Amino acid sequence: MSHATLSWIGGPVLRARSESPFHINEAVAVGERRLLGEVIRIEQDQIVVQVYEDTSGLRPGDRVEGSGLPLAVPLGPALLGNIFDGLLRPLARDSDSVYVQPGMYEQPATRFPFEPTVQPGQRLGPGQSFGRVTPARGRTQLCLIPPDVQGKVLSIAAAGEHADNIPLCVLETPDGHRREIAMRHRWPVRKSRPVAQRLAASGPMLTGQRVLDALFPVARGGKAALPGGFGTGKTVLQEALAKGCDADIIVYVGCGERGNEMAGVLHEFPQLDDPQTGRPLMERTIIIANTSNMPVAAREASIYTGITVAEYFRDQGLHVALMADSTSRWAEALREVSGRLGELPGEGGYPSYLSSRLAGFYERAARVKTLAGTEGSLTIIGAVSPPSGDFSEPVTTHTKRYVRCLWALDYTRAHARFYPAINPLISYSEDVTELEAWWQAAGNPEWADTRRRFLALLEQQSQLERMARIVGKDALPAPQQLTLLCAELINEGFLRQSSLSPVDRFCSPQRQSAMMHLIHRFIELAQQAQSAGIEMEDLQALPVLRRLHRMGEELGEDNLAGYDTLGAELESVFTRLGERK
Amino acid sequence: MRPNLYATGNITGIHGPLLFLRRTVNIGLNEAVEVYGQDGKARQGRVAALDDDTMTVEVLESTDGLALSETRVRFLGEPLHFAVGPDILGRIFNGVGKVIDGGPPIAAQHNLRIDGLAINPAQRAQPQDFIETGVSTIDLMNSLVRGQKLPIFSGGGMPHERLAIQIARRARLRGGNSDDFAIVFVGIGTPHHTAENFRRAMENSGALAHTVMFLNLASDSSTQRLLTPRYALTAAEYLAFVEGRHVLVILTDMTNYCEALREVSASHGEVPSRKGYPGYMYSDLAALYERAGCIKGRHGSLTQLPILTMPSDDISHPIPDLTGYITEGQIVLDRNLDRRGLYPPIKVLPSLSRLMKDGIGAGFTDPDHPALSNQLYAAYARAIQVRVLASVVGVDGLPELDRLYLEFGDAFEQELVQQQEGRTLEESMLLGWRLLRRLPHTELHRLSDTQITAHIGNDHD
Repeated sequence: MSHATLSWIGGPVLRARSESPFHINEAVAVGERRLLGEVIRIEQDQIVVQVYEDTSGLRPGDRVEGSGLPLAVPLGPALLGNIFDGLLRPLARDSDSVYVQPGMYEQPATRFPFEPTVQPGQRLGPGQSFGRVTPARGRTQLCLIPPDVQGKVLSIAAAGEHADNIPLCVLETPDGHRREIAMRHRWPVRKSRPVAQRLAASGPMLTGQRVLDALFPVARGGKAALPGGFGTGKTVLQEALAKGCDADIIVYVGCGERGNEMAGVLHEFPQLDDPQTGRPLMERTIIIANTSNMPVAAREASIYTGITVAEYFRDQGLHVALMADSTSRWAEALREVSGRLGELPGEGGYPSYLSSRLAGFYERAARVKTLAGTEGSLTIIGAVSPPSGDFSEPVTTHTKRYVRCLWALDYTRAHARFYPAINPLISYSEDVTELEAWWQAAGNPEWADTRRRFLALLEQQSQLERMARIVGKDALPAPQQLTLLCAELINEGFLRQSSLSPVDRFCSPQRQSAMMHLIHRFIELAQQAQSAGIEMEDLQALPVLRRLHRMGEELGEDNLAGYDTLGAELESVFTRLGERK
Repeated sequence: MRPNLYATGNITGIHGPLLFLRRTVNIGLNEAVEVYGQDGKARQGRVAALDDDTMTVEVLESTDGLALSETRVRFLGEPLHFAVGPDILGRIFNGVGKVIDGGPPIAAQHNLRIDGLAINPAQRAQPQDFIETGVSTIDLMNSLVRGQKLPIFSGGGMPHERLAIQIARRARLRGGNSDDFAIVFVGIGTPHHTAENFRRAMENSGALAHTVMFLNLASDSSTQRLLTPRYALTAAEYLAFVEGRHVLVILTDMTNYCEALREVSASHGEVPSRKGYPGYMYSDLAALYERAGCIKGRHGSLTQLPILTMPSDDISHPIPDLTGYITEGQIVLDRNLDRRGLYPPIKVLPSLSRLMKDGIGAGFTDPDHPALSNQLYAAYARAIQVRVLASVVGVDGLPELDRLYLEFGDAFEQELVQQQEGRTLEESMLLGWRLLRRLPHTELHRLSDTQITAHIGNDHD
C-alpha cells in the first residue's frame, strides 16, 4: 500500500505529498473516516486527489492511503432489486440515520442459494460461469469468472447457501497460480468489460411506447438520447421505459436528479409487474442514485458505475437497458471538477475532453457475443437537459454525434399535456432499416410504409399550419383540410400515450400494429370518400372518429379483438357514407 | 467539540471576502470561524482551504473595516451550527440565526449543522398528501403535495407575495388538523415592507404563533444572503422531522440569493459559467431545494414555496432555468394577465407540478380530477394556438370550431384563472366541467364517455 500526506485541501480536491508511488486513477482512502477518493493527477512527488464525499474536517497532515487498484465496484448477485449510491454502496440498509453519511462502506456479505455448474478438472475460460444463484424470489443469475481470469477448476463448493464474498471456486491459472473466485468480483468502473465479438443490430428493444417503437425504434444494443428542457417529461418517459421495455435487466441511473423522484420509483416499482413476465418490476431493476445534493464528484463516477453494472449483466447473456437521467448533470460534474483543477475550459466552460468522454460512454452500448459465447446486449438511453431547452449547446450537439436515435422533447406538446412530448419532426432513428424485417416477422409487413406515411402527413401538417396562419384555415382546400384532420388523428389517437393510464401505459407490438392499421385505413377511406364528393363536415362529424381518437384508452391489451370490431365498423361507416351520397 | 482557539496578528492578507492567515492552529476544512475587527463585531466565516503553512478563511459577511493587525479570529472547531428548540415558533431571526425581535434568546435543545446532509433517497417517503391552497389553477391543474418544492416564477411588480401569503394562510390538508403545521418565512434581500406585510398577514390570520421568520433585509450584507436559507431550512427541518410538524417554507426572493452567489464567486476569481453565474450554481441551489421532502417513519414534512423574480421576465435565464431542473414543477406568473387585471396572473401552460400525479385521483382527491385537468390543458393550449391565428387572420377568418375555442380560452381566464376568494377543490372542479360544456363532445378526446355523461351532459349543438 502506498501512503501520502495531505498538504492542501479546498473543496472536493486535495493535494498530497506521496511517500511511495501511486497510479493514476487509483482509489484512495483519505483521513480517519477513510473517505473514498481517486488520484486524478501526479506531479513528481505530489498527487492530486478528487474526493467523492464531503471533505469537511480534513486538514493538512491527514493520511492518504492507496489501494493499489483503480476505482472498482463489487459485481455479484446482491445487485438486483436494490438501490445504491454513485459508488455502488447500498442505500437501503438498516441504519440509524436518514441522511447519507460520509465514509460509509460497501455491501456487507449476503447469503445466496448457490448451485455449481462445473466439475473439478474442467477448464474455464474468462467470463464463463461456474454456478447459478436461484433466490426464492427474483431471477436466476449466473456466477461469472472475472473476464481477466481463466484456468482449470481445482475445487468447487457444493450446492447450498453461501455468502457472496467467500471463495467458492478455486482455479489453477495457466501460469500455475491458484485463484479463488467468489460469487462477487470487483471490476474497475472506467474500463469496459471485454466481449468476444460485437454483433450488428437485429431486433428492436421494444419500449411499449408507440411513438418510439413505431416511429423511432431503437435496436437492442442501440443508443438513444432524450433531450428536452425542464418540464418536457424526460424523467416520466425514462420511468415509463424502465417499466415497459422488454429488456431482462434495467439499470436506472439517477444522476444529479431529484430525491423525491427516486423515492417515487422506489415506492412504485415494487408494486408494478413486468408486462412481459408478470414478475414484480423491482426484481429486474437496479437503481443507482446520486441525487443533485449528493457530492458532485460521485455524480461523475455514477455513470461509469451504472454502465459497469449493466455490462456485468450483459456478460451473463442478458439483454440490459441502461437509463441515465441525466447525462447533462454528469457533464456539469466534469466541468466543475475540471474547473477546480484549473484546466483550460472549452466550449460552454466544459473541458475539451467532453466529447471523447461522451463517445467512450455511448460506445459501451452494443449487441455482443459474450466471452462465454452467448448473446447479450446493452442499450443506452441517455436523457439530456439542455439549458433553456436549446439543443445547440455542447452536451446535446456532442451527444447527437454518438447516438443512433434522437427522441427530442418539445415545449409546445408538453404545455398541452401531450405526452410523450416527442417532436416527430426533429426526432430520428438510424435503426429503422435493420428493424423492418422484425416487424415483418411480427405480422406487420406494412410497418415501414405506414411509418413513412405517418411521418409525411405530420410534416405536411406543420407546413399547412404555417400556411393557415397567413390565409386562414377556412381558405385551405378540402384535401388539405383532410390532411390536417388525419394528422390530428395520428397525434391524438396514436402518438399520445398517457404513462399514468393503467390501460394505455404499455402498448404491445400487436396492439401498435392494430392501431397503425386502423388509422392508416381511415386515412385511405377518407381520401377515397373525399374524391367521391363527400364533404369535410360529414367526415369530421363521424362518430367513429372519436372511437379512433380514444382507442388507446378504451381497447387495452386484453381486448385486441376490439380492434377488429372497430375496423369492421370503420368499413361499414364509409360504405354507408358512400351509399348516402 | 474542541475548546475555542483564537488567532491574532497572523493575518497575511485580505482579498475581497478572503482572509489569509499563517497556519498556527490545527483545524479542519469547512469549520466555522468568527472574525472580530476593531469594531468588536463578530463576522461569521468558514475555513475554505488549508495547506501546510496557510489557512484561507472565507468571511461570509462584509470585510469592511478589517485590518491586518487588529483582527482576531476565533475558531469554533466544527462547521456552522444553529441552536434550535421548540420556542423558535413565533420568533423573528436575522439572516444568520440571531434573534432580532427583542425577545429572550432561544432555549437550545438541538444544535444542528446548517449545511444539512443529503437525505438518503431510500429513506424518503413518497410525497402524496394533497394540499388545498384555494387557488383553482394550482389545486385543479398543478396540485401541490406535502414535501414538494414548487417555486413561483414571477417578475418585478407582479403579485407573487400576495399569492404566497394567500397560500400560506389557506394551505390546509383536506380534513386535516390545523395544529401541527408551521410556516417558515425566509426573506432574502427583501425590502422591509414585504417582511412587515407578511408578518401582519400572519398575525391577522392568527397563525403568527406557528410562524418563524428569517430576515436578511435588502440593506443587509449580500454575502450573508448565502447563509440565510441555510439557517432557515435547518429550523424548518427541525420543526418537520424532530417536532413532527408540516412545515411550509416560503423563500423570497431566490434571485437575490443567486446574485449573491455570483458576487461571491466573482470575488473568489472563479471561472464563470452562463451569464457570469458560477458553474456550481445548480449543485448549490439543489443543496437547498433538496432539503424538502418527507421521511419514512417521521410524522412531519417540509414543503418549499420559493419565489424568484425572472430577470427581464425571461424564463430561459439561468436562474429560473436551473431552478426548473431541480424543483418539482413551477407556477409561472404572466405580466400580460397581470396587466389585464387578472388575479392571480398564473400562466397555466408553462406551469407544472411533477408530483401532482401521486396526490390526486381516486383515493386522494376525485377519480375524475386527472382527466379533467388534462382536458382543460389540451383545450386551453388549443385556444392559445387559435388566438395566435386570430391575431393574424382575424376572428372572421376562423372556422366555427376555432371560434368556440377562442371563447373557451377567454372564459377560462375570466372564470377559472381569475378569482378574488379562495375556492375549494370541488368548486374549482365544477367550474372546470362548466367551462368544457362550451366545446362539442367530439373535441373532448381526453374524457371518457362516462365522464362526459356524468359531468358535461348532452351536447348542445
